[in-house]
Amino acid sequence: MDILSLGKSKKYDFENIEVKENNYKGYYSKSFRIFRKNKEAMLCLFIIVAISVVAIFAPFFAPYDPNAQSLADMLQKPSAKHLFGTDEYGRDILSRIIYGARISLSVGVISQGIASVIGFFMGVMAGYFGGWVDRIISFLIQVFSSFPYILFAIALIFVLGPGILNLFIALGLLSWANIARMIRGQVMQLKKKEYIEACIINGGSGLRVIMKHLLPNCISTMIVLITLGIPSAIINEAALSFLGLGVQAPASSWGSMISLSQPYIRSNPSYSIIPGIAIIIVVLSFNIVGDGLRDALDPKMKS
Amino acid sequence: MRKYIIKRVVEAILVVFAITVITFIILNVIPGDPVLLILGDRADANTIEMVRHQMGFDKPLHIQFFNYLGKLLHLDLGVSYFTREAVFQSLSRAFTLTIKLALSAYAFALVFGITFGVIASVKRGKFIDKFLMSTSIIGISAPSFWVAIILQIIFGLKLNLLPISGGESVSAFILPAFALGTRYIASIARITRTSMLEIIGQDYVRTAEAKGVSKWRVTIGHALRNALLPIITLIGAELGGVLTGSMLIEKVFSISGIGKLTVDSILSRDMPVLQGAIIYIATICVIIYLLVDISYAYIDPRIRLGDEQ
Repeated sequence: MDILSLGKSKKYDFENIEVKENNYKGYYSKSFRIFRKNKEAMLCLFIIVAISVVAIFAPFFAPYDPNAQSLADMLQKPSAKHLFGTDEYGRDILSRIIYGARISLSVGVISQGIASVIGFFMGVMAGYFGGWVDRIISFLIQVFSSFPYILFAIALIFVLGPGILNLFIALGLLSWANIARMIRGQVMQLKKKEYIEACIINGGSGLRVIMKHLLPNCISTMIVLITLGIPSAIINEAALSFLGLGVQAPASSWGSMISLSQPYIRSNPSYSIIPGIAIIIVVLSFNIVGDGLRDALDPKMKS
Repeated sequence: MRKYIIKRVVEAILVVFAITVITFIILNVIPGDPVLLILGDRADANTIEMVRHQMGFDKPLHIQFFNYLGKLLHLDLGVSYFTREAVFQSLSRAFTLTIKLALSAYAFALVFGITFGVIASVKRGKFIDKFLMSTSIIGISAPSFWVAIILQIIFGLKLNLLPISGGESVSAFILPAFALGTRYIASIARITRTSMLEIIGQDYVRTAEAKGVSKWRVTIGHALRNALLPIITLIGAELGGVLTGSMLIEKVFSISGIGKLTVDSILSRDMPVLQGAIIYIATICVIIYLLVDISYAYIDPRIRLGDEQ
């Protein structure tokens, strides 16, 4: 604890809760200071924020309507008029990339949001209750991590039909196993701690222990796992869209743009190259930020 | 040891069973009548009834499931709605092509990955190390199907060196295998570098150097050896990724492997083929993981002992 937070805790010396909150603050501000020193991670965080802003205000940043067709401008190479060129319907590729960022980012964030809720719930149940609950959940974790979950995603989308909503559901429902495994391990360790035992002995309900003690302790792990889960969700979204199982025309996703560009690699290679670079930039940034967060929040997780 | 193996085998069988159940449940709550899909809209009511009875769709779902499971034990995954070919046979035929692709991808990954990793660790901190390591981060982040298209553009169209699609000749396999392997070239290079650097500062390596063993022998004999186990782990763990990645690569290069069969079955809504393909691929993954686990237990007794406690 540094001098600054010591001074603060004096003010609330008589209220335990405030002191405890202060400790959390100390932990997170310390972590933030470690993270801030990591120049690569800060740069990547900036890139993610910038891309998110562009995606949210897409109509403002996109030079053209992403779905406006213009047969006179078909398959143009990059130029001053169309910075990234145009596709086979004369649609502006830059505008479609900008709108595509909405899809990639929202699929990444929302599916990982769903996965983290399921993963946390499953992990806590398994770790906290143990016994047959643990056996069943551990078996499910084993099932879902013993083969690529994209196969189940394909089956789900086969049934539900393609579309962005179904992408959220399929990728979210299926990618929880990794989070659950980590949380389970962490909860099993925490359960042995004296203060958790004390809370249970004093009659604290299971829900209270989970929400008051286990959740705050798991948050840093969750942040890291979600940040590292987003890029793989984005890659899977791109793959599913590439196979024609993602967002449907005329909406644009980076994966489906690459798929559509295939017949034109001879006449307009930049059409294929650009969406891939967009994917790489976003995936790379999330990976580096995730690694940076892991180093800052929990050096022990680095296995 | 035997106890451990039996336990893992039973677990693997249960996992395959669970995968079968989940796949069956997902795919059989499908809205729409599969019989109408096969016969088209103009079939008359009698024919529809007859076909439905023939294919067992008139039975309750759990009976259908046990029928499916019974046939599965005899490696019968049903027949395709459209080609009427036995699913298991067509999957196995396609799989020989896919496994060829996967193994060539692994071969590329091992050769290039280890070479790059060794170079990076020997030239630690130099420009070549930084260059290789930053390229490898990009390699890990790039979607394989995009790498495939880039390779088509560079080697197929601009340089005109290699065919960009079809064919079963060796040269037609180079680009797909390389595209599929890119990700693993990158991760093997990184793992090799990390585990070699870990060992280079160790006492016994210093002793070897002090004894006058050549730098080359220290690098290969001690440092690289240390990297082998993590590399083997990675290869085992990533097989599932390679098989599903192959789906995308096969689409780009129109190779009729198991991935293309799966993707086509989705587009034509050929449910038995899709169901069979998922179970087939997942089972192969489970078997590979099982073999990897068991071989670990042979190498490292702590694993099986830890498990028994």
